Amino acid sequence: MAYKRNIDRLPIIPAGAKEHNVTCHYCIVGCGYKAYTWPLKTQGTTDSNWSGEDLSKQQGAETAAWYSPSMYNVVKQNGKDVHLVIKPDVDCEVNSGLGSIRGARMAENRRSDITGTQQQRLTDPLVWRYGTWQPTSWDDALDLVARVTARVIDKDNENDLYVSMFDHGGSAGGYENTWGTGKLYFGSMKVKHCRIHNRPAYMSEVHSSRDMGVDELNYNYADYEVTDTIFLVGTNPMECQTNLFLNHMVKGMQNGAKVVISDPRRTVTVDSCEQVAGAENVLHLAIKPGSDVALHNTLFTYIADQGWVDADFIAKSTFQGDVAVPADSAYPASLGSFEAARAACKMSLADGAAATGLTEAQIIQAAEWIAKPKEDGSRRKCVTGYEKGIIWGNDNYRAIGSLLNIALATGNVGREGGGCCRLGGHQEGYYRPSDAHVGRPAPYIDQLIIAGGGKVHHIWANDHYKTTLNAAEFKRVYNRRSNMVKEAMDARAGATREELVDAIVAAINAGGIFSVNVDIIHSQIGQAAHVILPAVEAGEMNLTSMNGERRLRLTEKYMDAPGSAKPDCLIAAGIAQALERVLREEGRDAYADQFKGYDWKTEEDAFMDGYNKGNPEVTYERLRAMGTNGVLEPVKGFADGKLVGTNRLYEDGVFTRHGREDGKALFCMGEWRGWQAAGKAQQQANHRFFINNGRANMNWQNWFLDQGNEFVMDRFPVPFIQINPEDMAELGIKAGDMVEVYNDVGATQALAYPEPTAKRNETFMVFGAPNGAQGNIVNAGVNELILPNYKATWANIRKISDATPASAAVSYKSWEVEL
Amino acid sequence: MKCNRLVDVGRRQFLRGGVLGVAGAAAATVLPAGQAQAQTARAMLDYPSTKLANIADLKVNEPMDIGYPDAESPGILLKLGTAVEGGVGPDGDIVAYSVLCPHKGFVMSYHGADKTLNCPGHFSRFDCEKGGQQVWGHATQNLPQFTLRVDDKGDIHAEGADELIYGRLSNVLQG
Repeated sequence: MAYKRNIDRLPIIPAGAKEHNVTCHYCIVGCGYKAYTWPLKTQGTTDSNWSGEDLSKQQGAETAAWYSPSMYNVVKQNGKDVHLVIKPDVDCEVNSGLGSIRGARMAENRRSDITGTQQQRLTDPLVWRYGTWQPTSWDDALDLVARVTARVIDKDNENDLYVSMFDHGGSAGGYENTWGTGKLYFGSMKVKHCRIHNRPAYMSEVHSSRDMGVDELNYNYADYEVTDTIFLVGTNPMECQTNLFLNHMVKGMQNGAKVVISDPRRTVTVDSCEQVAGAENVLHLAIKPGSDVALHNTLFTYIADQGWVDADFIAKSTFQGDVAVPADSAYPASLGSFEAARAACKMSLADGAAATGLTEAQIIQAAEWIAKPKEDGSRRKCVTGYEKGIIWGNDNYRAIGSLLNIALATGNVGREGGGCCRLGGHQEGYYRPSDAHVGRPAPYIDQLIIAGGGKVHHIWANDHYKTTLNAAEFKRVYNRRSNMVKEAMDARAGATREELVDAIVAAINAGGIFSVNVDIIHSQIGQAAHVILPAVEAGEMNLTSMNGERRLRLTEKYMDAPGSAKPDCLIAAGIAQALERVLREEGRDAYADQFKGYDWKTEEDAFMDGYNKGNPEVTYERLRAMGTNGVLEPVKGFADGKLVGTNRLYEDGVFTRHGREDGKALFCMGEWRGWQAAGKAQQQANHRFFINNGRANMNWQNWFLDQGNEFVMDRFPVPFIQINPEDMAELGIKAGDMVEVYNDVGATQALAYPEPTAKRNETFMVFGAPNGAQGNIVNAGVNELILPNYKATWANIRKISDATPASAAVSYKSWEVEL
Repeated sequence: MKCNRLVDVGRRQFLRGGVLGVAGAAAATVLPAGQAQAQTARAMLDYPSTKLANIADLKVNEPMDIGYPDAESPGILLKLGTAVEGGVGPDGDIVAYSVLCPHKGFVMSYHGADKTLNCPGHFSRFDCEKGGQQVWGHATQNLPQFTLRVDDKGDIHAEGADELIYGRLSNVLQG
């Protein structure tokens, strides 16, 4: 039986309840919500309440006067228990009152000692003592971190300190926290060995777009509503950017837009587009995995050959000449003019069809929908959205560059109804000192750790164990190296701090690694940690982020942090202050001086120290007044009591992201070259199944909390793998059976979910699961700039168990709606 | 308040929400015997016991429209044809659900081929054979299922619900 809460009544929000601006902290879209709090022993009535509606009556569809049990909780606010309701905001332009299956559970996914939710949240610093983690004070924990760290760093060499740190907004990120960590590691220190939360090095995911002069978030969501064609590449917005799809793309389709979707898999997005626009207005290009560059180059060639380009735009706004930037170790393809790119990327319809598995007619159809002028001769507007299908797919640099070539050639950047943007994962909220010292290509941190690199490892909301490639080997090595330190600490139980630090340093000099884990829960890599520091999320602190259209908003703090947990920026400040003190004690005054400047009391202090310095118009007070609609970055000024933003980038046709003084966009000269990353072709040849992988609606961006959420774990007790039913029959696998997915680099497990639309021998497995890490079977292959290629994975599949009782109880029906 | 007036209120309500049509076969809506009113705050509400139909009225895989706990809350009574967990009746296959999508309250339609309820608003779908589990969708809860009792005469009574029904902060409306 499906999980039911057996809650059949909720307290009514009273008139006058405290109201807080909330931006959903899970995905990039950043839907607007309002959090209401009020004292525990009070509530509104059916005729006197926050909504003004008569709640003794049934409310109609899409009412703002209803909230679900998942939108309710009891939390602490200023030390007192209060009712909390977090419900979608009908006045927010992003979502217009729509909630997603993720965001509409924000309240339920808060820690509560009253309702018992999210007891997995960390409440106190923990230090490895007496063979397990013991709670302790911040002073004690930070002192140990600082003393061990100070032993491996020096003014001119910080290369033995490895740092894994999130760079995103939303969640526990945001401008406050990226600045806190950034100031520590890139300001006070110049840490070179660092990586980002979902990839094994510290770099952009969209180098080519930036190198071509185009920031990857250049439109606004309303562009989808006024376009002629929506071109979606390697992205599944119905699941992963749900209310961007429902509140903007759907409106575009209702206004007549056609849709072209390039994806090897028939996603829910394809079905939903067909429902809205009619199948005749949706073209699904089910390409061979990894053939994106071939598709894009063929489209580009065909469109250019037909003359369906914006010649004025090309002349005025793009580089004229031949090669502007030659390919080298930092540039995986040359960049240059339109004509130079035409020559380099030239691909015939026949070659394109052979490489992609499409028909020539399909490619022509796509080209017409993307670029063919209308009957009256006017240009066609096309907005392009892409995401992990190409970011984490084959040949990242060229795949994105070749896609952007099409948008630039057709004049679809910086124009209404245009844009060529990634759809994104988390929100953004990056404000840090320069990372130039990291280098390009950046060091491949996970492989360096496997090879014995790093002595002290600071981890900020990264869980390599779930979300890295080559994860099986990484875990084996990391467990062994961190255990060396645990054993050394255990052997010196009862020793003084000095003796303990000496023992730890001896262990790390012998090949161990000292692991400091900052997170909101006890993560999987946190099992290897020696010190664990509890952080908070948006809502437990004030937090600013921007969404996928650069919409900057402040989520107001509406509840207390769990226990003594703190914002990451203040934890970073605490580490800096502890390092300064320890270094000074050790007589290293010049180095200690570098760790001054962290006397922040609140996250707002960190915001003012960082983001506000670069954007002096933007303050908490002004953002608060802008509500859930916020302002689109970059902020240009403040007038009439409002922040003034930027509706769309590059409306003046001047492209700047690459830093070129001429302001001209560049084209990517990247020819199709098959599998780019090492070991992919060989793995494909030696295994039966393509293990495509990605996210699912329910637990995208929130699985870390949802592993403690019964509604979610009831639906998918184990991560699923969608397999064609005939393939299942051949292997003797029934729906719900536990299968092992194994190959040359590792193995993982999944629940078999029959998917009739899956191509034979092409599966889809959900990525980033807590109990079945798909990364175990992804090989170490990366692109020239260390972008991981998670998508290109092949493996064999065998049954290891009949369905467990939990797996047997769930539905295995199709995800496609039947109306 | 008379039952037929309740029906009218319900219709206006759904029209106002922009939702047309109701689920399933065109059977007459079965109304509860009396107006249900919660009197005091309790952990679980007192539900009306409402006769929905007799077993003899049901045809396999043809949902009957019902209203429970009152006429403004549309649902279906359904004989699935195969026993399911939580099913009642001699064959263990009779279930009843709210048909208001718990995401945004659109009235869902029944798809007999795979025994699911499907939402026209944003395409969520729920499995009538798995306790109303959301197969895929945006709702943050599974579908409210009505507790059923079959008496000696084969009459089917609804006596409760296991999730909050869309559009009401108390399943049994309070005055």
